[in-house]
Amino acid sequence: MAKDEFQTREFKVVGTRVPRPDGLDKVTGRARYGADMSAPGMLHGYCLRSPHAHARIVSIDTSAAEAMSGVKAVVTRADFTVTPEDQGTRDILDNVMADKKALYDGHTVAAVAATSRSAGMKALKAIKVEYEVLPHVIDVDEAMKPGAPELHEGRSQESVPEGYSQNVLARSQYGHGDIDAGFAKADVIIERSFTTAATHQGYIEPHACLATMGNDNQGDLFCCTQGHFLVRSTCAEIMGMESGRLRVTSSEIGGGFGGKTTVFLEPVALMLSKKSGKPVKMTMSRDEVLRASGPTASTSIDIKIGATKDGRITGAWGDFRYQSGAFYAMNGALGAMCGFAPYDLENLKTVGWEVVTNRPKAAAYRAPGAPMAAFAVESVMDELASSIGMDPIDFRLMNGAEEGTKSAYGPTYPAIGLKATLEAAKAHPHWSAPLGENQGRGVGCGFWFNFGGNTSVSLMINPDGTVSLSEGNPDIGGSRASMSMMAAEELGIPYRQVRTIIADTASLGENDVTDGSRVTFAVGLATIKAARHAIETMKARAAKTWGIDADAVEWVDGAAQPAGPNAGKFPPLTLKEIAATMSNTGGPISGHHEANAEGAGVSFGTHICDTEVDPETGAVKILRYTVFQDAGKAVHPDYVEGQLQGGAVQGIGWALNEEYVYGEDGTLQNPGFLDYRIPVASDLPMIEPVILEIPNPGHPYGVRGVGETGIVPPLATIANAVSRAADVRMTSLPMSPPKLLAAIKAK
Amino acid sequence: MSRIHVNTTVNGDAVDYLCEAEDTLLDVLRDTLDLTGSKEGCASGDCGACSVLVDGRLVCSCLVLGAEAEGRTVETIEGMAEGDTLHPLQKNFINKAALQCGICTPGILVAAKNLLEKNPDPSEEEVRYWLAGNLCRCTGYDKIIRAVLDTAAEMRGAA
Repeated sequence: MAKDEFQTREFKVVGTRVPRPDGLDKVTGRARYGADMSAPGMLHGYCLRSPHAHARIVSIDTSAAEAMSGVKAVVTRADFTVTPEDQGTRDILDNVMADKKALYDGHTVAAVAATSRSAGMKALKAIKVEYEVLPHVIDVDEAMKPGAPELHEGRSQESVPEGYSQNVLARSQYGHGDIDAGFAKADVIIERSFTTAATHQGYIEPHACLATMGNDNQGDLFCCTQGHFLVRSTCAEIMGMESGRLRVTSSEIGGGFGGKTTVFLEPVALMLSKKSGKPVKMTMSRDEVLRASGPTASTSIDIKIGATKDGRITGAWGDFRYQSGAFYAMNGALGAMCGFAPYDLENLKTVGWEVVTNRPKAAAYRAPGAPMAAFAVESVMDELASSIGMDPIDFRLMNGAEEGTKSAYGPTYPAIGLKATLEAAKAHPHWSAPLGENQGRGVGCGFWFNFGGNTSVSLMINPDGTVSLSEGNPDIGGSRASMSMMAAEELGIPYRQVRTIIADTASLGENDVTDGSRVTFAVGLATIKAARHAIETMKARAAKTWGIDADAVEWVDGAAQPAGPNAGKFPPLTLKEIAATMSNTGGPISGHHEANAEGAGVSFGTHICDTEVDPETGAVKILRYTVFQDAGKAVHPDYVEGQLQGGAVQGIGWALNEEYVYGEDGTLQNPGFLDYRIPVASDLPMIEPVILEIPNPGHPYGVRGVGETGIVPPLATIANAVSRAADVRMTSLPMSPPKLLAAIKAK
Repeated sequence: MSRIHVNTTVNGDAVDYLCEAEDTLLDVLRDTLDLTGSKEGCASGDCGACSVLVDGRLVCSCLVLGAEAEGRTVETIEGMAEGDTLHPLQKNFINKAALQCGICTPGILVAAKNLLEKNPDPSEEEVRYWLAGNLCRCTGYDKIIRAVLDTAAEMRGAA
């Protein structure tokens, strides 16, 4: 049913470039982010973190800290007396406050709340922790071997075969056909191994929250998060309280990219507040963000693809080994599902592995698991195209997925836009522009899912005819504007007449996290349906006013009118007029919609990049970059472009610079923006975004999520460009100058 | 512990405050003066989210001590608009979608305004290098650079 949602229409508001409602706050410094809120009598909370990569906590003595002036509470794991039922939540608790072992450098072992920063810092120093340092493991392939230092016991799932260490938590397999038969038909087979480094989402706003909790077991939490309903349920479970007694309000969010889809400080702040009886504010330093919030997985991947001389792929295989830090995360499985998703393959087998190591627990990072998989697959695709003398875009077009293709992860695709992005790339002047010496051009494709999920929206018709819209998903890329636009479109009123806010957890039904590129799709769908609900009520009010049947009223251009000459002759009643008289026609009018949204589309992109390699230093310059992506329908084209540009640049950082660097002792060596270097303005050219619109059949306006796919193709695209510019195949990220220079010298 | 009494000027107003010796100017702005528009992204001078002007010079307020503001003039994002009239950069950042999450926006606006005062006709490369100390993770900088260049052209036209 969900597939039939889309209807062609002429848009009046959707597709325009209106100013965002949060713009003024954000250009004047008024917008309130996580760390910008204060409360009377507030304390400041700080974490004590393990300096060891892996250590048994023998004892913690907090008595000296507790006795200090200005110190109001000290908490350790002993204060968290509730064991959550769900393993995922137990992992979160173990991550926010270490239990018997510290599992990575930066793992929290205790926390204090004090009247000032200086008192808090002194108290941290006064806490005595006795550690028994244990052997550690950082590398994914090392961690899988029998005999590797093991983090947990008895946590491997049944899917893991014999012969691996207990760090291998899960193995998953996808594919169809017979790969042996497929490879037997191939004229050319290329097999390569790849590695990618762990990178961080790198949001500029560190995690922050303000918690108020009393011994009446009621709490309030203000925090920067991608999902305050998830914060509520997770914290309530950890605190052993009913979720209805905890109200969570999301602040403006200073970037998340998946990294704010879990909790880090919030349960600790609530416990400190409960123990001290005062509001507690906690803010991470950048060092803490990098050491102890979620980076992405590092990976080790093997890919084998075979093709005939005329360019048809006959068989494909991939082994995707992802380390997810100290706890389980489903990243390898996603890599195994996504890597080959752009292609129509007869014979395919992929295996994904989830491995734990002594690193911080991986969090989602924009299309989690997919960019690394695409890097490996698209690199081999590029080499294969070269080896049979085919244009890399033609090779991809010949094997590209389309409507009716059985996807790499199982389902058959409805209408999709992969080939449209490839055709657009081929036709773009960038693809045929001349290149100079030491320059190379790369192309790469990427896929990511879209998610629907639990969504609640309320739309209130105000007495003066303005409209208030409440949604429950933190606005991370302009969604308040997009929701106002879709409500205005459906109601037939100007954009300015609608104001959208993000409601707290006590003011709206359940909402899943702002993730999975779901908000413009799912909250948009709920907004349109809430507007339709309100329209039905307004039509009934008009019918009542006119004394005709409600079925005889239609809604056109923001007004009720009789559906035809037989319905009666009445001048239209505008939304404003219906609102003005609503107290006499039956009372307040609002529309709402609550559903677990279905019909999310899937999303594809193709990128082209030109690079120049300095053969003396191994430095890479990005000369030109163009992104082609299917948006289904771009509700606000500026913000869609922004997602495409931002995703590409995060990918550029991942490809060229960004890397978690660990020392021999397993401690992170670069926990700051000086040494963990994300792209700066002078590193980059303009990023040209090309939006394609192949409507998603599952959304009334054809909308697809666009937030994540943009980071999937860049790793491969840049690697392909660099490999052509330097005439050496780069199989390890980041392609930092020393690494590239060594590869050039080894030619 | 005795604190330091500082007399300074912030956004045109005479201000005095007490601070501890180790308090940065950013701490004072945010926690003492309630000017939370300047953001702390790193506290090490690497991200530029706390950019302010001290005596007209662009600095990271996390690298300046609160006590050092004695007798100087400090300009923050909160002083950029005149009453309800936005600076052309502020207007264009909204209209040209030069912000997404907005956390880097105050620092970038302060830095860009300072650039245009020194160089009303910067090249794209000059804008990119001037803003290289201001990290943005959302936009890829494209729309930010365009908004600054467009504003420069607009202001030259208006002058």
